[in-house]
Amino acid sequence: MSIVTVQLGQCGNQVGHELFEAISRDALQDHRKLFSTASRERFFNQTARGDLVARAVLVDMEPKVIKQSISKANSSGRWRYGETSHFFQNQGSGNNWANGYCILGPRHRDVVEDLVRREVEQCDRLSGFVAVMSVAGGTGSGVGTYLTQCLRDAFPKSFILNHLTWPYGTGEVIVQNYNSVLTLAHLHQLSDAILVHENDTLHKICAQLLNNKHISFTDVNRVIAQQLASILQPALTPNSYGAYSRNPLGELVSSLACHSEYKLLSMSTIPQMPSSSIAYSTFSWPGLLKHLRQMLISNTKMEEGIDWQVRPSAASGRSRSLPGRTFNVSLANLLVLRGKEVYSAETGSFEDPTLYTSWLPPEDAFHLWKTEVPINKYEKSATLVSNSQALLRPLDNMVAKAWNMFASRAYIHQYVKFGISEENFLDSFTSLEQIISSYSQLGSSVEAPS
Amino acid sequence: MTQSVVVQIGQCGNQIGCRFWDLALREHAHVNKEGLYDEALSSFFRNVDSRKSDGGGCAVGESIQHLKARAVLVDMEEGVVNEILQGALREVFDSAQLLTDVSGSGNNWAVGHMTYGSTYREQIVEKLRKAAEHCDCLQCFFIIHSMGGGTGSGLGTRVLSLLEEEFPEVSRIVTAVYPSADDDVITSPYNSVLAMRELTEHADCVLPVENQSLVDIVNRIKRMAHGEKPGSVIKKNSTIISNKGGLSGAEKPFDAMNNIVANLLLNITSSARFEGSLNMDLNEIAINMVPFPRLHYLVSSLTPLYMLADVNVPNRRLDQMFSDAFSKDHQLIRADPKHSLYLACALMVRGDVQLSDLRRNIERLRPSLPFVSWNKEGWKTGLCSVPPVGHSHSLLALANNTCVKPTFMELKERFTKLYRKKAHLHHYLHVNGMEQSCFSDALGSLDALIEEYQHLDATKDRFIPDAIRLSIAS
Repeated sequence: MSIVTVQLGQCGNQVGHELFEAISRDALQDHRKLFSTASRERFFNQTARGDLVARAVLVDMEPKVIKQSISKANSSGRWRYGETSHFFQNQGSGNNWANGYCILGPRHRDVVEDLVRREVEQCDRLSGFVAVMSVAGGTGSGVGTYLTQCLRDAFPKSFILNHLTWPYGTGEVIVQNYNSVLTLAHLHQLSDAILVHENDTLHKICAQLLNNKHISFTDVNRVIAQQLASILQPALTPNSYGAYSRNPLGELVSSLACHSEYKLLSMSTIPQMPSSSIAYSTFSWPGLLKHLRQMLISNTKMEEGIDWQVRPSAASGRSRSLPGRTFNVSLANLLVLRGKEVYSAETGSFEDPTLYTSWLPPEDAFHLWKTEVPINKYEKSATLVSNSQALLRPLDNMVAKAWNMFASRAYIHQYVKFGISEENFLDSFTSLEQIISSYSQLGSSVEAPS
Repeated sequence: MTQSVVVQIGQCGNQIGCRFWDLALREHAHVNKEGLYDEALSSFFRNVDSRKSDGGGCAVGESIQHLKARAVLVDMEEGVVNEILQGALREVFDSAQLLTDVSGSGNNWAVGHMTYGSTYREQIVEKLRKAAEHCDCLQCFFIIHSMGGGTGSGLGTRVLSLLEEEFPEVSRIVTAVYPSADDDVITSPYNSVLAMRELTEHADCVLPVENQSLVDIVNRIKRMAHGEKPGSVIKKNSTIISNKGGLSGAEKPFDAMNNIVANLLLNITSSARFEGSLNMDLNEIAINMVPFPRLHYLVSSLTPLYMLADVNVPNRRLDQMFSDAFSKDHQLIRADPKHSLYLACALMVRGDVQLSDLRRNIERLRPSLPFVSWNKEGWKTGLCSVPPVGHSHSLLALANNTCVKPTFMELKERFTKLYRKKAHLHHYLHVNGMEQSCFSDALGSLDALIEEYQHLDATKDRFIPDAIRLSIAS
């Protein structure tokens, strides 16, 4: 089954391009035929001449980034974008969600839907869509939200995974918290699952783990792309009976987003290191998994600086830990293991009921995918996608900042101008407060919220 | 790619405009090695093939035939425009873009705004429409005029409201040059306050520039050039103050000052013209920088202003560039943003600067800069990969900061001094359409503006608790 990627806005188009780069570099040169065939079917359409054409639609309200991505892809020599599968305009959305959602999205709906439909028709079977976008600007967030809604209407049976890049806490766009609040509140109604990467975390990974001296957006986007590839590339799943999974998005969504109130997914990968260090490192499954588990429960996104003091308690008081150290309660986790001797990996520690909320038994809360095909030159690597409290704090921060601004009514006139009223803002704030409340109660509630 | 049109009005507006076109051509000539009419060029220039009978423009990608500025030049006397038409830039404009009269506005806002505004209304609109028709995606009008004289302040602000009527969806960014306190135009406080009301009501953003600051900056540069500070040398061919490499020949008295303003315009438009890893489009300026509709005055600072060939390591110099952008000596109005309250701040970086340099400097400077309680992280950034000619990097900082308030209060004071005695009032009230209420309304508008800044300024250093969040019934 195939996945159609929709790249939205400057960030979406840059991340999307890196994703296809990562996948093409990784899978297509692998000699394992089954794996690379499955990967190809998933992400590329092969022309009669043998060219690999990404199953992607590129959308932006300005031309620069799309043109760059297309030409970079062409010069890779491995793959390219479809000649007509992009849409851009001359003038961006001006960092204004309202402009993207109320004006530009509706104006260009037909053209973009048509592009998506043509891409879908190229697939023998469609697993669903991955919409790649940022939440800070105007195009990814505003147009992206509107188009997600169109996809939902046009393909009611397909899965939609939204991949969101959360901005740096400061410095990108001043109204980023407004744009994020509006995006998240709407997507929570529309999307099957929302996978989040935070720029601040990625920046740290680049600086501390990958030793990048001068960090550029390309570096940051590559980390996202590697992590995404490690879950989207083919793997054997419990339901795939020894063959590569046919419905990656469906299985991802059903393993992780089992309750409509909880759709926010975060992820972490181990190992991540400069490629020059790989040759001098040894990896063992118990070591990797021990670290990854502690990263999960202490909510650390990096192998460095893990807090080893955070522990689940065996007793029923489930989130007991030392003061100031919070135990990250999960609703569901998906572990993807790739590499040598993957069948020897012992993953029982992820099935520990103390990791999870009381109303979902560990056998439903934990899923494991694996394959012996390594990824990104690592002999062994483990990626965890987690529906947990990990995003609670950043989400709460974002809402707090936006709410403070809203209390002064600062910048509201810029949104009203395009048709988003104060009431629309209030509705969005209300639904995010609801999400925050649900996630905070994960650790304590005995029953699922109705 | 989008296009912008520059509307330069009055003597000052036209002089700055010309420095802008001169430097813009030079910048593009430096970057564009192939002689092809590219998208970057198309944002401010048309490429006209005179052999084509309709005089129409050529498409992007063709070779450069004949570049025409996307500009409308308006002056109510002929001197400056005639000079332009005899100078090296004459080829860049054609007569259809020009509008002049012979008698001037007599330093009277009302003559410019009312009399000429009505007489030339149709012609001006016609020329603006023509300029707009040549664009496939017109994004912004840049209006340049002074505040002190009659034509710039009067007719300039009339053009501003015409633009709002005719092109409501195109943003309007005004570069307004404020007179010095010892300005030789007696009526300049009247003209400035009358013009202020128009700017407050009809512009999307105003970039105020004070004559006095430009004088100070130029003097400081000259002092350094004469080696007051040992080891400091002004870099040759820097576009900041020098004409070298430009089209025009001998330097004129105000060229150095006008160059600084022209550089402001070059930098603010750089991201719209060239590529970068973090684009900052012109329509992103207002949404990020203007929290309340009337508070759209953005204080700008340019670095490096004083090109010193010092011995420090590059990294230190780069960080210095960021520090300088917040110092008093680099602001284009006499103001001290560091000791007032920031509502928002934008950093537009050009050249070999990485995302991590930008982030490091924001983190470094943030603690020393007071921001309004609801916008503690009010930073907007842009990275454009093409540096200005002769530099490896540059920074334009735009600040929506309450430090503009003293400038406005000083203006008000000078206005009140005249107005109390009703001095020169009759020159204005003679003009058809001008009433005394125009004065009181303009003063009222300025008062209200100062009040708004005052109100925000008062929250500085005060602890403002977070707004109480919505609570969810569980």
